[in-house]
Amino acid sequence: MKSKEMTGKKIINFLSDNIVTIVFLVIAIIAIPFSKLSAQYIITNLVDRFARSAFLVFALILPILAGMGINFAMVLGATAGQIGLIFAIDHRIMGIQGLIYAALIGIPIAILLGWFSGLVLNKARGREMVTGFILGYFMDGIYQFFGLYLMGWIIPLSTAAVRQVRGYGVRNTLGLEPVRGALDKLINIPITIGTFSLNLPLGTFIVITLLGLFVVWFRKTKLGQDMRAVGQDQVVANAAGINVDRTRILAIIISTILACLGQIIFLQNMGNMFTYTSQRQAGFFAAAAILVGGASVTHAKIINVIVGVILVHLLYITMPLAGKEIFASAMIGQYMSDFINYGIISLSLVLYAWRNRRNAELARASLRGAPEGGK
Amino acid sequence: MKWLKDFITDFGWPRIIIALFLMALFIAAPFVGVKLGPSFTDVFNRFGQNAVMVLALVPMVQAGCGLNFGLPVGIVAGLLGALITMQIGLTGFTGFVVSIVFTVFFGSLFGWFYAALLNRVKGEEMTISMYIGFSIVMLFSILWLVLPFTKPTLVMGYAGEGLRRSISLENYWRHVLNDNALTIQIGSVIFPTGLILFVALCAFFMFIFMRTKTGTAMTAVGSNPDYARASGVSINKMRTSATIISTIFGGIGILVYQQSFGFVQVYDAPLFMAFPAISALLIGGASVNKASIVNVIIGTLLFQGMLTMTPSVINSMLQTDMSEVIRIIVSNGMIIYALTRKTKVAK
Repeated sequence: MKSKEMTGKKIINFLSDNIVTIVFLVIAIIAIPFSKLSAQYIITNLVDRFARSAFLVFALILPILAGMGINFAMVLGATAGQIGLIFAIDHRIMGIQGLIYAALIGIPIAILLGWFSGLVLNKARGREMVTGFILGYFMDGIYQFFGLYLMGWIIPLSTAAVRQVRGYGVRNTLGLEPVRGALDKLINIPITIGTFSLNLPLGTFIVITLLGLFVVWFRKTKLGQDMRAVGQDQVVANAAGINVDRTRILAIIISTILACLGQIIFLQNMGNMFTYTSQRQAGFFAAAAILVGGASVTHAKIINVIVGVILVHLLYITMPLAGKEIFASAMIGQYMSDFINYGIISLSLVLYAWRNRRNAELARASLRGAPEGGK
Repeated sequence: MKWLKDFITDFGWPRIIIALFLMALFIAAPFVGVKLGPSFTDVFNRFGQNAVMVLALVPMVQAGCGLNFGLPVGIVAGLLGALITMQIGLTGFTGFVVSIVFTVFFGSLFGWFYAALLNRVKGEEMTISMYIGFSIVMLFSILWLVLPFTKPTLVMGYAGEGLRRSISLENYWRHVLNDNALTIQIGSVIFPTGLILFVALCAFFMFIFMRTKTGTAMTAVGSNPDYARASGVSINKMRTSATIISTIFGGIGILVYQQSFGFVQVYDAPLFMAFPAISALLIGGASVNKASIVNVIIGTLLFQGMLTMTPSVINSMLQTDMSEVIRIIVSNGMIIYALTRKTKVAK
């Protein structure tokens, strides 16, 4: 009897821990047949999109580990990557060298921005997420000032295709042809099984795997362990001699650097860049993906990243078409996928906060002891 | 010098800088060929246009729910109220009043659900309310396409269904508050008395409400929840009332905004409307857990004044439009400043 009860409890716990993932899995399973897309189309698209955006999502793991929630300020890193790419295109550096050049310019900027946002987030303890979110908007202003007014005026721009028509400032959309697919096509393996064919961008997958290994290794280092300690209890960590502020800033700096590299990988796949809005999408996507993958605001594993990226992209691919089929309107499908995008994050944040409170109340109830002897 | 130092720490550097910046803009205006009269008219109009939405944030801040990034919940209630009134075909002042009645109804309904949700996520209200706001705007974008509106002035011409992106209020209640018998003209300055009176009425209502038994209890919940509970105040009930009031005022706020702006904007237009309101409140001197009517008035004047003056003055000076960049940096910088302040009252 007891063991049966235990397994029952285990199942319920598993369900409640993974409720977000399960909900979206169900939605995806319903949406696939309605979208009327072939398996070939879905799978090739998924592989392509996974390679495109998995790296970005990895950027969110470390701040979660350090107890800082979803690092919405990762858009600062994405911005740094875009600045790197602007210079790579402007200096006409082609192919993989162009990407490396962009990374070399982007990383120092990312370190600076990460340090800045770490400082700000340390001052906003307990509201890191909302502060990080607004920090992204704030940075947009600085970035636009830099991109629209300083570039081509104080900082020289040599390529006409990068400059705005008026003579200074970076164009609102930038073609990335010189570096397009540079990493994806570096080692490209075509796979054909019967009528099924697929181009596997092995280069990108190798980079993603290396990053995964880095994260696994990093968790085991002294710094990684410190981050976990800080994430669990800042006071205890401080008492144990860990420099809490410094550890949190480092978590954000690493996250920002990864976001910078992730955005470069994302954009080389896309092939063009909306100079002043692409970074925003990176933040939205990554947050949704890691939460759908089953991460909470306190726990995140690599498996959450993988599941999340696949599931969110599956929804992106199928939902607009499914919406079009179900409601006979493409516009509804479009709003539907926007709604799902925001809804994913709200739902998982709500469920997380809810569970957290319930656990806190249960813990408090257990302290009260058995209800014997009056009060 | 001590009083000056105290004043600066009390008022905060960002506010002083913004006030000085605004002053500099007004002083510079005549020299770069910007006429002051129309500028003042603009500032008054935009103040009235936005003040009620800023006012809507006060009760939730006071009740400890933080800054209401979920203001769009109220805004869609207001949109729904306005659109239903238009569908019925009511115009003029009657139409405006009836749309307020509808808005109060929908605002209470949505606000109640919104409050029930926020009561379950204490401590994370701001992040979650922001995403709730985004979600509800997108959900209603779907509804704007689906709901059975039929008036030709509302729906898209060729399909005959689905609302237009922006719907003109010209034949309904455009400028019903801005432009009426009460409007006073002094030289080139046009003072929208009706609009300002309406704002004053809303502010007065809020002022009185915050001083009723419920309002005081609400403030107690925000300042010290444990103390409030010990004195027999239901925390959740107070937070619910605050959220409902905030949502209703958000709805009325968008109605005031629309009648002045002249259009009802649907779909994703309300997505980011909470942000300028929040910035204005914070510029006015509010913090994450303390806000007053005075903060609302000062903040809206400063923020809208800045938004009105920067494009005209800076453009005439530099021949480029940097106002957008300045707006983004100032408004979000202000929110970050408020979020990173040490809150005086421990939660």
